[in-house]
Amino acid sequence: MKNKTSFGSRIIAAPYIVWSAIFIIVPLLIMIYFALTDQNGVFTIANIAQIGKYKKAFGISILYAAIATVITLLLAYPMAYFMTKIKISSQRMILLIVMLPMWMNFLIRTYSWITILANTGLINTFLGKLGIAPLRLINTPGAVILGMVYDFIPYMILPIYSVMSKLDKSLLEAAEDLGSNSFSKFRRVILPLTRSGIISGITMVFVPSVSTFYISQKLGGNKTMLIGDAIEYLYNLGPSYYNVASALSLILMLMILICLAIMNKFSGDDEDGGVIL
Amino acid sequence: MKILSRLYISLILFFLYAPVAVMIIFSFNSARSVWRFAGFSLDWYTGLFSDTAMLTALQHTLIIAVLSAIISTVLGTAAAVGIMALRKKITKSIVMTTTNIPMMNADIVTGISLMLLFIFFGKIIGARESLGFVTVLIAHITFNLPYVILSVIPKLKQTDSHLPEAALDLGCTPLQAFFKVVLPSISTGIATGFIMAFTLSLDDFVISYFTCGHYQTLPIVIFNMTKKSVTPDAYALSTIIFVVVFVLLIFYNMLQNKGESKNNKKFKEV
Repeated sequence: MKNKTSFGSRIIAAPYIVWSAIFIIVPLLIMIYFALTDQNGVFTIANIAQIGKYKKAFGISILYAAIATVITLLLAYPMAYFMTKIKISSQRMILLIVMLPMWMNFLIRTYSWITILANTGLINTFLGKLGIAPLRLINTPGAVILGMVYDFIPYMILPIYSVMSKLDKSLLEAAEDLGSNSFSKFRRVILPLTRSGIISGITMVFVPSVSTFYISQKLGGNKTMLIGDAIEYLYNLGPSYYNVASALSLILMLMILICLAIMNKFSGDDEDGGVIL
Repeated sequence: MKILSRLYISLILFFLYAPVAVMIIFSFNSARSVWRFAGFSLDWYTGLFSDTAMLTALQHTLIIAVLSAIISTVLGTAAAVGIMALRKKITKSIVMTTTNIPMMNADIVTGISLMLLFIFFGKIIGARESLGFVTVLIAHITFNLPYVILSVIPKLKQTDSHLPEAALDLGCTPLQAFFKVVLPSISTGIATGFIMAFTLSLDDFVISYFTCGHYQTLPIVIFNMTKKSVTPDAYALSTIIFVVVFVLLIFYNMLQNKGESKNNKKFKEV
């Protein structure tokens, strides 16, 4: 009887397994095939070799995404910490307010920053009234990084808050009783116990930042070409450029995997870091 | 400390909402500009109802979001139950790793790889147009599935495995045991998965961009608009969406608080 039922429930995963094979595995295999062949389907490494041409785009993407991720972490960690310090009903309200922008179109939210940062935008108009010469804010690397931080900061706050709010308060009291000051309490108790939240936050901010193509186009002008921009550009050139676009996508994918692997190694992750929201 | 934490939270919320405020203000602009505020008007809101391109896109977005959320919730819940029943550890870990791929992969990689698959299939069956409604729906279901599965699995792990067995011993058929015992105990996970799937689908731009063809969803239309010039009607539509979601969330929050206080009361009475 028991065998029969558990076979019955095993079989209902079958549609999903077939689905994920066709729509997750096969597309990646096709991408690898495109990356390693020319337009006539003949094997070549010419597409992969194009990476030399896009070295700068790869470098800038990683650099900007890394800076944005660090800033996001530095802003989000205290936010999550302070959120756990207030009344529980207000905590829930603030959590909703943090999540609310995620329901809005991120293209529009990013576009709004142009109105704020432009040479004749809100900030510079304000500075002008104070008699300060206008600053060049838009179309700078700073604006691109700001856009990344802004768009993805909820993905950092939520996982950290979710671990932080489950933190056992008695551990903190124990640390105090054993003579820890606030700094060592933070370093030895709070930080290690919230590591899984930090790691999923970093992943959820770094991956979309390193591969974005919208933020850089809108806030960085035409000067900064990230790797996402390069892929989107090639895609729009038409089917004859799909091979190179595939090669760049493949390299981007491997690069992200390597970055995540390095991070996991450095963080010495020994627990399940797969916290989602 | 209290003042400091309040101040910090306010600053972060200010940062999060500054562009939203700009968007709301300029949706009431009487001029056709998102740069200079000329005066108050509701023209963009009334004009929205005659903007067929925008309304069609909104309709497409809602259709895709509802369908992909429903299909991925059903498929994903079944998958979660099935995965938990897998006995071989290797099969389980292969399936789970595959499930994680769309979540870990950059959207642009997922988008490009699915696009290649659809074009490839399109060529085989000789379709005139490889990309469209079906492909964007498939793409959305594919990136929604992992989120549904990963919100249902923890609930399944919390469920006492003896309960369905007890139900079987008491004469339930396996199907009855599932619907009467397992399903109620994982329903919150299923609901979370559904809401996440719906939200992700509503908001997706990158993957739709590569897979939608001429079936343009709202983010795609807005993207094409930002390539030229954005008129305040996009802001007006976003403001309406913002207000609707905001009201729903407040309502949801109130319900939750009410439910909680009710539970507390019950607890006290007992």
